[in-house]
Amino acid sequence: MTGDQTEDEFAAYQGLAEDSGDHRWAFGTGFTDPLEGIDTSVPDGVDAAALAAYCLMLGDDALIFSHRLQQWMTRMPELEEETAIANIALDLLGQARMLLARAGRAEGAGRDEDQLAFFRAEPEFRNVRLVEPEDADFAGLVGRLLVFSAWRLALLGQLTGSADPVLAAIAAKGAKETAYHRDYAAQWVIRLGDGTAVSHARMQAALGVVWPLVDELFLADPVTAALPGVAADPAAARAETAAVLDAVLAKATLDRPDAAPLAPVAGRTGRDGVHTEALGYVLAELQSVARAHPDATW
Amino acid sequence: MVSTAAARLAAARRIAAGIPDPELPMVTVADLGILRDIRMDDGSLVVTITPTYSGCPALTEIARDLHGALTEAGLGPVTVQTALAPAWTTDWITDEGRRKLAAAGVAPPGPVSHGPVPLTLSPGRPGGAPDAGVR
Repeated sequence: MTGDQTEDEFAAYQGLAEDSGDHRWAFGTGFTDPLEGIDTSVPDGVDAAALAAYCLMLGDDALIFSHRLQQWMTRMPELEEETAIANIALDLLGQARMLLARAGRAEGAGRDEDQLAFFRAEPEFRNVRLVEPEDADFAGLVGRLLVFSAWRLALLGQLTGSADPVLAAIAAKGAKETAYHRDYAAQWVIRLGDGTAVSHARMQAALGVVWPLVDELFLADPVTAALPGVAADPAAARAETAAVLDAVLAKATLDRPDAAPLAPVAGRTGRDGVHTEALGYVLAELQSVARAHPDATW
Repeated sequence: MVSTAAARLAAARRIAAGIPDPELPMVTVADLGILRDIRMDDGSLVVTITPTYSGCPALTEIARDLHGALTEAGLGPVTVQTALAPAWTTDWITDEGRRKLAAAGVAPPGPVSHGPVPLTLSPGRPGGAPDAGVR
């Protein structure tokens, strides 16, 4: 390809990106700040740096898991499930956008959601390791989604009373969505667990794969500790999460796996920027276009 | 230009309420409960909208449609802002909106339930095989 051809191609895309009178040619491409028009000043007495770090943690959980769910598109067993998983992935992407935007505003260094999503390196991500691995089958997907959404809903429930009104509003909106995610996953875990011998065995095996990453969800971390009344206490989410999981597993005739937790690395886990190998592959796919064309707009 | 502030506000409400939803053009943003509020603030029209869900890509289009229609009608300047709280629910769809959705073949949602995790599976599709959905 000659340089001129490359120029021409860019010119064509440039035309598409420009604001024209008929904006419906590409519905849904006009991304703007998801917190536009919302007062994002940090309340008095709240540690702004810790608030930024905290929103990054919850935002990264949603961003990475959303990407993993997006990778399932065109691979679902039925069109109904394809639509459901696409919508769950979109919900989580929406939560991630608002949380990363909140993090950027609280940080006050001029970074927006795109810069945080596309231009941070692996150790700068603060998601739990649960959201990183690729699932081998549909049982793995719904098993991981059940654990993730039961835990996240417990956190979001606490956060609706956060002293940061922006975080409280994001949590209240996300809680409604996450309640659906949990119900969706629970119904499939029950259907597979209480299904045929094959579906039961695969669902049980899938839980065994996910379980070593569950304990990390409830560990204390210094960011949360620095935000009393603002952040959700992960230890307090343990009982609610366990009660939901136990109820679903009992109905699904599945056993709670007896798997040892994946150990922290020198005392550090996902919240400290220590990740599994799988995250590198997610970020490579997620970030490569933005990093190759850092000045692109869409 | 519209003469009085009250007349300007009334005209703005009428126009804004008639803006169709980009994804479901048979209903308006008012029918769906997305249009939250219109008020005058220091000579400006301030329109408040709310996303139906966190990742809603249509919100930008809706904001542009509102801004464009109100500006073209000579009612500007216009600011469109977002409100996250209280969070939208399907309960906010008006009766008129439900009627229009049903007429277009879209099943309008029923009341929102706030129960625990449903642990009883609903029956499969009418006439479907007992194991429909598990393959």
